[in-house]
Amino acid sequence: MSQDTLQQALQDHKDSLSALEQVINDSAIEVAAEPSMWQSFLSGGIEISYFVATILFILGLKRMSSPVTARGGIVWAGIGMILATVVTFGHEGMGNYFLMILAIIAGSGFAWWKARQVAMTDMPQMIALYNGLGGGAAAAISGVELLRGAEHSMIAQILAVIGALIGSIAFSGSAVAYAKLDGLMKKSIHFPRQNTINFIVFTVSIALGAIIIFQGSEVSLTLIVLFFIFALAFGILMAIPIGGADMPVVISLFNALTGLAVGFEGFVLDNAAMIIAGTVVGSAGTLLTQLMAKAMNRPISNVLFSGFGNHSDEAEDAGDIEGSMKPIESSDVAVMMAYAQQVIIIPGYGMAVAQAQHKISELTKALTERGVRVKFAIHPVAGRMPGHMNVLLAEAGVPYDMIFDLDEINEEFAQTDVALVIGANDVVNPVARTNPESPIYGMPILNADAAKNTIVIKRGKGTGFSGVENHLFYADNTRMLYGDGQAMAAELVQQVKEM
Amino acid sequence: MIEGMTALYIFTLAAFTGYEVISRVPVILHTPLMSGSNFVHGIVLVGAMIALGNASTELEKLFGFIAVAFAAGNAVGGYFVTERMLEMFKSSGNKGEAK
Repeated sequence: MSQDTLQQALQDHKDSLSALEQVINDSAIEVAAEPSMWQSFLSGGIEISYFVATILFILGLKRMSSPVTARGGIVWAGIGMILATVVTFGHEGMGNYFLMILAIIAGSGFAWWKARQVAMTDMPQMIALYNGLGGGAAAAISGVELLRGAEHSMIAQILAVIGALIGSIAFSGSAVAYAKLDGLMKKSIHFPRQNTINFIVFTVSIALGAIIIFQGSEVSLTLIVLFFIFALAFGILMAIPIGGADMPVVISLFNALTGLAVGFEGFVLDNAAMIIAGTVVGSAGTLLTQLMAKAMNRPISNVLFSGFGNHSDEAEDAGDIEGSMKPIESSDVAVMMAYAQQVIIIPGYGMAVAQAQHKISELTKALTERGVRVKFAIHPVAGRMPGHMNVLLAEAGVPYDMIFDLDEINEEFAQTDVALVIGANDVVNPVARTNPESPIYGMPILNADAAKNTIVIKRGKGTGFSGVENHLFYADNTRMLYGDGQAMAAELVQQVKEM
Repeated sequence: MIEGMTALYIFTLAAFTGYEVISRVPVILHTPLMSGSNFVHGIVLVGAMIALGNASTELEKLFGFIAVAFAAGNAVGGYFVTERMLEMFKSSGNKGEAK
């Protein structure tokens, strides 16, 4: 009996103990519930912000595809970027805020300073530079993720490695592109068995990447470093043989690659904004690369695997050029143009280098006032990128209903009195039509040689970017106006006005 | 991790979107647009911040720091360069009335 009582008491005791435990547990849950709700609210907010940012990016790009809304487009995308960046500070369980802010200030300070001082003519290399930074960032993210190891699934690990590979190539390749366009690196570099060596380096980096994937969390630092070295080396090797004329295509390709790398890192980090924005840029950039390559009539594989500069040894047959270069004075040119019915101006990169676009714009006005029809013919690769020349002319105030693409204007040269070529060379070289041996053979050109008179403003007798002799300069109806583009244009303006 | 198939859908749709957005673009806007898309992949900054935020060893922090600095350069530089280019189109747009 007493045993029963004892047991009963024990049972009571146990019950009350478990009740107490229950209370403690409940309150613990409540304590935990408070921050978790806040946290989920916060992460929900972050997710929504990323979503909004992504939409802003796409709409921004869309708006950038029309001249009227273009300026608003970049602002929209900019707002998206600020939004996405700010909310990222609120991510759960992050540290190193001091370092983060320091890095942001360093990176953006440098970029801002560079962007402010750069001239319009140097835009292509600036794009190459910033693009390279993006690729480098994607690769470095992979570096962090691979070093941390373990926490990823197989797929994420694979994507991290691919992202690192692509990002590294885009980084070092863009750096070379920047150096070339900025004149820091003058020559295209060729060496025997180049493609074979490139292929080997590429294969080794892929093999190293595969080993990293399979090693998973136990991956050694040496291996990762080696992998990055090979990937970076491949980017350099890929870009050094490519000549300046092909650089726009290559920059565009690297731009697409960076986008893709960013997209892959987005998968690794589980970040939809990065996936979408990166992939959009990846595909848009690929299309743009194709358009450019098509405009130059050079398949991408051709650009990448056969150096443009190679032909120099193949003996450019100077003998088959007939005639000679015939000089002309600016006063004669002014008369010719002032009394012409239609003048087509063909600007090239040389015009931008000489900063002659403002004078050319003035010349256009003066001629138009005299009743001369003036048109601009823009080759797809005039300048250094498709559309670069349009930017430069827009800067000088040439209205863009005067500017025509190759397809629109090529028929008109035959009815044109004067074709004025300023700073352009390869894009008007008839060799592209006639000589299958020539490295620029097959590239669509502007038919300046079809005009009744062709005037070429040129500083000296050198060849163009491709190094090919220009047969147009030797044609019967071509006259050479030797001198600095800006000075000559200024003379023409003055003489036309005085008439 | 975003589920396998969902990820594939996102990837594919995004790729089509990019293609569509750029396929209607007149040649004159190619350079600004390339610059603009260059800016958009500056979103890598978000990933770089997350990577640095979760870095623990010194080496990871170094990589993370590089990532954030580079990414910030990409975003900020890309923006200003694009904006400077498009600024010019504004003035000529009013004058010339697009073709």
